[in-house]
Amino acid sequence: MTERAALVVAGGTVIDATGERVADVIVEADGHVAAVGEGLAEGSGLGRRTLDARGCIVAPGLVDLHTHLRQPGGEQAETVESGSRAAALGGFCAVVAMPNTVPAIDSAAMVREVQELGRAALCRVEVAGAITVARAGERLAPMAEMAALGVRIFTDDGNGVQDDGVMRRALEYASDLDVRLAQHCEVDSLADGGQMHEGEWSSRLGIPGIPAEAEEIMVMRDVALSRLTGVPVHFQHLSTAGSVAILDAARRSGVAVSAEVAPHHFTLTDECCASYDATFKVNPPLRPEPDVAAVRAALAGGVLDAIATDHAPHTADAKDRPFEQAPPGMLGLETALALALTELDMPVADVLALLSWQPARIAGLGDTHGGPVAAGRPANLLVFDPEAVWTVDDSGGASRSRNTPYAGRRLRGRVRHTLVAGEPVVIDGEAQR
Amino acid sequence: MSRPTAGPRHLLSVADLGRDGIREILRLGDSFAEVNTRAIPKVPALRGRTVASLFFEDSTRTRLSFETAAKRLSADTVTFSAGGSSLSKGESLRDTSQTVAALGVDCVVVRHRSAGVASQLSRWLDCSVINAGDGRHEHPTQALLDCYTIRSRLGDVEGRRVAVVGDIAHSRVARSLVAALQALDAEVTLVAPATLLPPAVDSWKVAVSSRLDDVLPRADVVYLLRLQRERQDAALLPSLREFHERFGLSAERVARLADHAIVMHPGPMNRGVEIGAEVPEMHCATITEQVANGVAIRMAVLFRLLGSGAAAEAAASAPSGTRRTAQPADSVPADPAPGARRD
Repeated sequence: MTERAALVVAGGTVIDATGERVADVIVEADGHVAAVGEGLAEGSGLGRRTLDARGCIVAPGLVDLHTHLRQPGGEQAETVESGSRAAALGGFCAVVAMPNTVPAIDSAAMVREVQELGRAALCRVEVAGAITVARAGERLAPMAEMAALGVRIFTDDGNGVQDDGVMRRALEYASDLDVRLAQHCEVDSLADGGQMHEGEWSSRLGIPGIPAEAEEIMVMRDVALSRLTGVPVHFQHLSTAGSVAILDAARRSGVAVSAEVAPHHFTLTDECCASYDATFKVNPPLRPEPDVAAVRAALAGGVLDAIATDHAPHTADAKDRPFEQAPPGMLGLETALALALTELDMPVADVLALLSWQPARIAGLGDTHGGPVAAGRPANLLVFDPEAVWTVDDSGGASRSRNTPYAGRRLRGRVRHTLVAGEPVVIDGEAQR
Repeated sequence: MSRPTAGPRHLLSVADLGRDGIREILRLGDSFAEVNTRAIPKVPALRGRTVASLFFEDSTRTRLSFETAAKRLSADTVTFSAGGSSLSKGESLRDTSQTVAALGVDCVVVRHRSAGVASQLSRWLDCSVINAGDGRHEHPTQALLDCYTIRSRLGDVEGRRVAVVGDIAHSRVARSLVAALQALDAEVTLVAPATLLPPAVDSWKVAVSSRLDDVLPRADVVYLLRLQRERQDAALLPSLREFHERFGLSAERVARLADHAIVMHPGPMNRGVEIGAEVPEMHCATITEQVANGVAIRMAVLFRLLGSGAAAEAAASAPSGTRRTAQPADSVPADPAPGARRD
């Protein structure tokens, strides 16, 4: 741990859910924001370190609803520490660690183990628990015991809960736990061993396909189950035009659903798989242009609540397998903000809503994360230059893996500083530990 | 290892060849077919070259065909097959293929159950890569030998009506064949139940029918695909018997074909399923010709990729007496290996 000291974030433009203003931000040694206002930097006293934010935006730190930290069991690909470093470099002050580890996070003991690892992380690590034992979709995992340890998101991510009755009971059982159930929407019998989106490209490439309907049917079912039980459902990584249309209709009819989308689903298409490079293999799979356009429109139209990375590290060895045998997933933490700023034709404040305060609320972190940037709040802050142009390299950044699909891509918007509970974990784009 | 910078290095899919490439291979096939009729069917065109068969999936006929072709060109051959190899010790595809390439081979002929493996190897290895079948994707030399067979029997491929019948969805042969037939301006009709058609079949830009009996009278070629028995377990078909009733080419159906029409099958056949038990022995059937033509076509493919400047160099530096210079890559000979070596 580095020494905590009071500091001032000087000369930036603060943007949070309350609006935009030019202001310095004074952060106390206890990790809270002491004051926000113009001209505070001058004469703010000796012993305060200054973080230059001129030309930059100062915002509530980002919150990722969907991160695979791979620990325990996948330490060759990522650890809580390396993943949290990538998160901090990407501007994230909190990440929700998915429970599809080996073994799965489906018990209080497993939650404690990962929470313990999270204490040394560079950002806050929220642990998600599995809905069912071993994510097998059959028996309910002890959600109340895990919730008592602070777990707020439950998901069998990597798998959808296939059985309608099991999902109904899970929603009912969780209804009084102040948690949210999140679904990886994929009907296994329709996905049927598919390895990319089913369509013109899969047909040409001879790769077994997953139809869009494998996702959409489970979205429809869970809308119906949410209506039946009155319990909210959060949809993970929606990827098709049909899914966002179903979501929109459900919203309008008053069903309490929320949804996230991953950056690769608004930036890449299934044509990327033509090289048979498994870097482009991901689940849900990359979709054709009309789906990408629909996802972008849904982001712009406020139909989707969050951008979540689905950061999914895999070793080079795993990604060098034949496309059909390689594991799905791509890195995302260090490119998400810049992709959103570069690719989405949206005001910065709207991008930040999708990456910070809206996901903070879904994750149950609204008290500490997602702003506003105001005196008395924990100093979970991000400082980024919205105009800085940079090129993604193929090193994978701070991740232990390097499976980024964006190597060589030029992006606009770069993280400069990240403060997690007042600690400057990233200064001038460099992780401090 | 020195290697020609110009010219094709790999054969990964039919699209790599284009119409001109296909025609060139068919012409070369004529020359090598002639070689294969000689008392000693062997030429020194690839002497000093090494061709490795890297078969991660069993395939006796394709592997033997490639190895026969390589040997008739006087190349050395090495064989790797998945059983009993280091793959069972957990070695990765990349490590295994790089190990084989490090033996100093000039060309790897690869078969794998997964689509795209030949493409992956072409990125990882310095040598030439020939796709001998990758998952459901492609099997380009099969398509070439099939086009050669059509040309031999019917004179030309252009304008011929070809019905491709059966399990197209899961077939690499179909993907390569349709691409080659389209490049040569044949008229293709896919005939199958919807469960055995590929997704987004409209994008294939071919005619589609589920009525074999309507298609047969107009067909010049009926190409039957192997139907794997597992398909009935995956709810793609009610039964093999029903498939045979609707899509099997029985002897009765053969009687409805035009006199000149031919019946093709890439093998191995399921007699009584996609093809009537007695049909393979009928005059219209080209099944054994396809196998014979396969050797000549694979000789042509190997020669085209490997028999370029570098081969000439190697041949030129060979001990005198047995020396035969292969032709430069840009002047493909009518007879690629005049005066075959007698040994």
